[in-house]
Amino acid sequence: MSLAQGDVPRILVADDEGPARSRLRDLLDEIRDNFPLAIVDEARNGKEVLAAVNREKVDVVLLDIRMPEMDGMEAARHLAGMAQPPAIIFTTAFDSYAIKAFEVNAIDYLLKPIRAERLLAALHKTRAGPNVSSQALAAAANQPRRHLSVHERGKIHLVALADVLYLRAELKYVTVKTAEREFLVEESLTHLEEEFESLFVRIHRNCLVARAAISGFERNAEESESGWAVVIKATGEKLPVSRRQHGVVKQFR
Amino acid sequence: MASINQTGTGIRLPNFCNLGVMLRSLLIANLFVAAAALLRAPSLQDYGPEFMVMAAFCEPLLIASLAVLCLARRPLHAMGYAASLCAIVTFEVALALAAAYAGANLLPGRTGLSFLQVALLTVFVTACVLAYFDLRARALSPAIAEARIQALQARIRPHFLYNSINAVLSLIRSEPRRAERALEDLADLFRVLMADNRTLAPIANEVELARQYLAIESLRLGDRLRVSWRTEGMPGDALVPPLVLQPLVENAVYHGIEPMPGGGEIAIDVGVSAGQLHMTLTNPMPGETRHSAGNKMALANIRERLQLHFDAEASMKSEVRDGTYRVTIRMPYLTAPA
Repeated sequence: MSLAQGDVPRILVADDEGPARSRLRDLLDEIRDNFPLAIVDEARNGKEVLAAVNREKVDVVLLDIRMPEMDGMEAARHLAGMAQPPAIIFTTAFDSYAIKAFEVNAIDYLLKPIRAERLLAALHKTRAGPNVSSQALAAAANQPRRHLSVHERGKIHLVALADVLYLRAELKYVTVKTAEREFLVEESLTHLEEEFESLFVRIHRNCLVARAAISGFERNAEESESGWAVVIKATGEKLPVSRRQHGVVKQFR
Repeated sequence: MASINQTGTGIRLPNFCNLGVMLRSLLIANLFVAAAALLRAPSLQDYGPEFMVMAAFCEPLLIASLAVLCLARRPLHAMGYAASLCAIVTFEVALALAAAYAGANLLPGRTGLSFLQVALLTVFVTACVLAYFDLRARALSPAIAEARIQALQARIRPHFLYNSINAVLSLIRSEPRRAERALEDLADLFRVLMADNRTLAPIANEVELARQYLAIESLRLGDRLRVSWRTEGMPGDALVPPLVLQPLVENAVYHGIEPMPGGGEIAIDVGVSAGQLHMTLTNPMPGETRHSAGNKMALANIRERLQLHFDAEASMKSEVRDGTYRVTIRMPYLTAPA
């Protein structure tokens, strides 16, 4: 989001290393005279970033890439789905893969040790330019996410991929089904299939099933072109297998 | 003088006490026996028995020669290469002739070779074995291997350097003393990394280096990094290839500690058992194994250097069990001559 002039940007500092966070605080304090700002919070991993953003208004996230539990890349992708996402400034010590990907996809980043002037320039830029698109982030990511994010009333909810039973495309959205609930996400089934190739298998034009959720296959299923249906372990649901994806049945038996 | 079949010292005679050298010598000689048996056997059915007879004749000879060469290696090395070659060949021929004479009495029915044939064959096989070791030493030692080692050693993760500098920068204002200490540790570490690391060094230095490395890492990781050392049984004077421990510790931090939100413990155990020096390092292993290429690279580098210094007498094993990664290195317990 580009800030209206005169607003004081609210900044979140995210890094798993204490000294790195305090260094960023020192630098932010230093440039405060030239660039009024407020430090709202600190986070030690991607999950804490999302929690902080759910809790309070954040305009800019200084986001370390390599963090435990959820790395900066994944956190950024969840943030990008928000209606009014905060601006993201990636920070990294040295990650040749990430740097190359950022260059290719025109994503800005700061190299540690960070200089005050560079930080200031990056903050100025967040006022001027548009945010990084989620497409660019997806293209730059080198590993699949471990969560899907659902955005409800301005809050980010995470659904762990390990809990997902199946994904079904419905018009504009994809329904994410877990044992307890259903969620809608605004993503394309094809992209989800590419990203989570190892976890899911396509059984129908509109349906990906988690390999771990399959308890078996049933014959003579109604409403199924191929005559087969996948039985979901946790819920007992039966999902039709299309004729084209009939090979899946053999692959699992 | 570190190890005899080591690089770049101009010695081209192998260390006959080394297990790897012994096995290779036996293998080469036995290949010749196998070929000779094929020539002597009248038909393919007779090949097996013929090989057995010839092997029964040659094996005691080979083992006796290796034992003598092992015992005599110091005088042999003292003689210089050319003289020691002559000595070895003369000894082998004498041994073979004595055995051929004894063999002719034991197996009177066999048509033996003439003594001249036996002598020439022995010279030929001995020369082949020695030539093989000379070639192997040349292939492993000079420019190629050294350049490779130096290049691989310099490969400490840049990630580490920049993160450490970043951590030191954050301390300069608030805790200048700790910042000084950290820079001193960093300087020591890089002094070793950039030194000429081709000869063996005392293990005490290695352990000190790993401690300094961990001190720098704990600066940025805080209480996420916990280390337990067991070095009571460590002989500080044992010689090891430089930078054998630090890369393992670096891997443990990178793959075992950093990905864990609550951190974890690295346990390092160095000691002597059954005449061998062993180093064991364990660290937690988070579920996923990302960034494994760097890990394999470091392990392959250490394995290569162990092989270069100790051939078959050193080993490195790594295993994952119950969420713990464990790597164990064993090598001969060597000390510098007094």
